[in-house]
Amino acid sequence: MSDSLPTPLQRAVDVGDDSANVTPARLFIGRAGTAYRTSTQLQLRADHAFAKDALDASLSLHEQPMNDLVERFALFEVATEAESHEEYLARPDKGRRLAGGVAETLRQNCPSGVDVQFVIGDGLSPLAVRAQVPSVLGPLMEHASARGWSVGRPFFVRHCRVGVINDIGEALDAKNVVLLIGERPGLATAESLSAYMAHRPRSGDTDAQRNLVSNIHPSGVSADDAVRRILGLVDSFQLQGRSGFMVKESAQPTALPGAGGR
Amino acid sequence: MKRSVTLRGETFGFADLRELMARANEPKAGDRLAGIGASSERERVAAKMALADVSLSAFLDEPLLEDDVTGLIVSSIDLDAFSSIRSLTVGELRELILSSTFAHEWEGGLKLALTPEMVAGVARIMSARDLITAAAPLRTVTRCRNTMGERGVLGVRVQPNHPTDDIAGVLLSALDGLLFGCGDAVIGVNPTGDAIENVVALEHALYDLISTVGAPTQSCVLAHFTTQLAALERGAPVDLLFQSIGGTEATNAGFGVTLQGLVEGREAVLASHAAREEFIGTNVVYFETGQGTALSVDGHGGMDQLTCEARAYGVARSFDPFLVNSVVGFIGPEYLANEREIMRAGLEDHFMGKLLGLPMGIDICYTNHVEANQDTTDQLLVLLATAGCNFVMGVPGSDDVMLNYQSTSYHDAAGVRQLIGARPAPEFEEWLELSGIYEGGKLSEIAATGPESLLAFSNSLKAIGL
Repeated sequence: MSDSLPTPLQRAVDVGDDSANVTPARLFIGRAGTAYRTSTQLQLRADHAFAKDALDASLSLHEQPMNDLVERFALFEVATEAESHEEYLARPDKGRRLAGGVAETLRQNCPSGVDVQFVIGDGLSPLAVRAQVPSVLGPLMEHASARGWSVGRPFFVRHCRVGVINDIGEALDAKNVVLLIGERPGLATAESLSAYMAHRPRSGDTDAQRNLVSNIHPSGVSADDAVRRILGLVDSFQLQGRSGFMVKESAQPTALPGAGGR
Repeated sequence: MKRSVTLRGETFGFADLRELMARANEPKAGDRLAGIGASSERERVAAKMALADVSLSAFLDEPLLEDDVTGLIVSSIDLDAFSSIRSLTVGELRELILSSTFAHEWEGGLKLALTPEMVAGVARIMSARDLITAAAPLRTVTRCRNTMGERGVLGVRVQPNHPTDDIAGVLLSALDGLLFGCGDAVIGVNPTGDAIENVVALEHALYDLISTVGAPTQSCVLAHFTTQLAALERGAPVDLLFQSIGGTEATNAGFGVTLQGLVEGREAVLASHAAREEFIGTNVVYFETGQGTALSVDGHGGMDQLTCEARAYGVARSFDPFLVNSVVGFIGPEYLANEREIMRAGLEDHFMGKLLGLPMGIDICYTNHVEANQDTTDQLLVLLATAGCNFVMGVPGSDDVMLNYQSTSYHDAAGVRQLIGARPAPEFEEWLELSGIYEGGKLSEIAATGPESLLAFSNSLKAIGL
């Protein structure tokens, strides 16, 4: 290549021997003919085995680290119409609807019409919830309050699909709903969390009305960056009075109070 | 129109064409979820028998759904060409497609006579080998910065995703793919963030990579199409405009997509290419689809997922795409339950896309909550390569570290090319030989052996003056 490579490409070539510093992808792993080397082949099998096991991990609000969140934020649990993990996998429609009576429970236990309602869902990875939510929920609640927003009482939804945001919007009439939900386990990590977000969600809304911050985990989007990006999007929802594909994330969301910003 | 079939004394009736199509489909979790699949294997076969006797004209007389996709499909059919086959039944169409002269007739105009619904109908009375045998002779050649789809060519998309879109991480992944001879179909990144600045930065980085190494290929950043167009407005080099699409108006609305929006987007990208010199053709769109998509956004309108998928190809066909890709195992077990359903769907999608004249590729893949594994992708890869698939994915070590699923790897793609004697796009292959990655039509001894091969590659590029 020429002596003056574009900077990002030069950086890529410079780190070539040590790619693990810039990406968790499996690069420059050699080959046996055109196949994997034996060590690669078996490592992939091992990582798949761990990913499969992660799907069966349990999550209880009575155990660490979730019980801390119960103490700090009065977190409580509600259910969708999916009654088991098997039904959750087979019936996405049930995982998108709150179980009978839950809307009333939410209205009795949470203030209605708040600026931001944070919700936690197990999704496909309870491990992601256990690993990431403790470090993002507190900062999200604090910084949202510091912006002068009213913040609802958070709750946990078991057997949760993203679409449950609509039922929550209908039940509580929150201006903005942020759902922190476990992503499907991958080979590199089973602990990746997503934040799905919607402005005034209502029945019939789809992903076209939602925004997403994904890959929240230590080798992906850090907890600090996730908090900044999520609140930056809520800022945009408030300003534009809408959410979804028409709202583009800003590359430099408003800095958090206390972090040198307004 | 009431249709019924009696099997060993048991009579099965089907209320209308939409119900008949759904009952005749091979088992799919999504059709069971929608409550429209056959309730027994006997009913499924009875439906196939009834469907085989339906005439092709019935598909025009009985639209399965009224929406803008149907309007687009009906307006794009060549009625003159259709008049020569309108009296055929679905069963007779199957035999025509499998006849030795069909590829010639298809090339001569029949490909514009078939609607997605007819193609989806015939696919469900075909076996796996039928789907492979019929697809193999049908070639759709497309051109952007190189030529894809010629006979004997198996292209590979390099998919260098990164959990935070780190530019160096993306470029390093892409370089690793090039060292395996992959990347002729496209170097295409799924960004984790939809910020316009982020997409602009990735577009420039991929453009710089391609110009620096001199590879005749195209790049793509698979953000929402409106974000790519915003990046284009800010001066980013957009080779291919990407969008996920579905087979109904409601599905596309769920993606934030309108047909008119896509028309305008394609025109904007084409206009931007007029000011650049790298292009040898006007195929500038890249679509992704997948069975189950319509149901997942509650936009299926009562149609089965195979029919919805075919209708997505009907949408794609109107935009002269460079690449179309069914991401077959990505959607999860509620739509394709296991290895068997994924493999069937992969073969069906490839066949239907080819028959409709699309440059069809397949992302042969699975998520970790479905009953499948790397043997599934190995098997489907060999089948689809044999069927003449235009392109497949290349993901480092099969492990997409951003989307958290497994697809075919750089190794897999290089391996299956060698296995069946398939080649990269001709312009790209020439470059592979020049740059020392290929030697005599296959991977050279020094290509992709480990980190040291990056240095060898860099030196050989210097030697040829890049």
